[in-house]
Amino acid sequence: MCGVCGCGHPSGKASITKPDKENRPTAHHHGHEHHHHHHHPKSVLELEQDILRENQLAAAKNRGYFEAKNILALNFVSSPGSGKTSLLEVTLKALKDEMPFYVIEGDQQTLNDAKRIQALGIPVVQVNTGKGCHLESDMIFDAVKQLEPQENALLLIENVGNLVCPSLFDLGEDKRIVVISTTEGEDKPLKYPDIFHSADVCIINKMDLVPYLNTNVDKIKEYALQVNHRLTFFETSCTTGEGLDEWFDWLRAQKKA
Amino acid sequence: MHELSIALGIVKIAETETQKAQASQVEKIELVIGSLSGVELQALHYVWPTAVKNSVLEHARLEIETVPAKAICLECEQTFSLEHIYDACPHCQSHFKNILQGKELKVKALEVV
Repeated sequence: MCGVCGCGHPSGKASITKPDKENRPTAHHHGHEHHHHHHHPKSVLELEQDILRENQLAAAKNRGYFEAKNILALNFVSSPGSGKTSLLEVTLKALKDEMPFYVIEGDQQTLNDAKRIQALGIPVVQVNTGKGCHLESDMIFDAVKQLEPQENALLLIENVGNLVCPSLFDLGEDKRIVVISTTEGEDKPLKYPDIFHSADVCIINKMDLVPYLNTNVDKIKEYALQVNHRLTFFETSCTTGEGLDEWFDWLRAQKKA
Repeated sequence: MHELSIALGIVKIAETETQKAQASQVEKIELVIGSLSGVELQALHYVWPTAVKNSVLEHARLEIETVPAKAICLECEQTFSLEHIYDACPHCQSHFKNILQGKELKVKALEVV
């Protein structure tokens, strides 16, 4: 069965849409394959093959494309509702005149996020994964072909809101950015260590809510560092603008000259 | 539930390799899965029958070899076993470490006919 839409076809495709070209996902072709049984002796195939190899190969292809066009690709991961889209919005508003941005939005359903980004005049495509809980590198490959980003651009990829599955799937990004909001509790890095272990940057968002919560931000950092001592932190609020300048400076420094 | 994606990845590998070997069915498949690979064995077993239906793996025996996690401490340079990614070095309590094994996610072998 297909992991994308749950139908019986083995290789489902996510639907990739520009928000101004809303269309319905095309149906899968449901074919039948007949296995003809011949008599073969039993043999053992020693493979030692990485299960994620397909995804890693497509990720390498993306990485080569980004390098050739000098594009900085960032993969934003978090649980749903941490403020990824809001963070993208404030970032784009502040920096869009400084550098060219492109956005890939990943969600199971709807074009809502892509429409929010498009409202800012930024080229965007929406990847709807259907039942899929994460973006995979071939979806990024297809989405990038539609976006046709120019050289020296920044490509912001907003993954499906999910702290578990996206950790395993390399998209070919330069940096992975995990966003955690102060309302999520301090121990998320310990509960979902894989995503924090695979990230380069941790943005602690909704800092404006800290006075109303029992969340200890230092504890979030301490736990995250126990999982991954290489993390760089930013503490931001998209509502008050707190901490955003440091984040913008980091982006400017990362941008490939 | 990325285990379904993982299982479908395994099916794809098995289909390709079985075809290459001009065989028609897999009798046994051996996987190697590290304890820190991010794959829940229970979830993988749960999605397995659905994923392998109508594939060369439909009647295959599934054998999973799990690899316990090991890390090297970057402070005291001793190797230690760990249960969670966030475990500290038992010798010096440091969290600065590199994972040596436990992230494996591989199809080790197929027994085909």
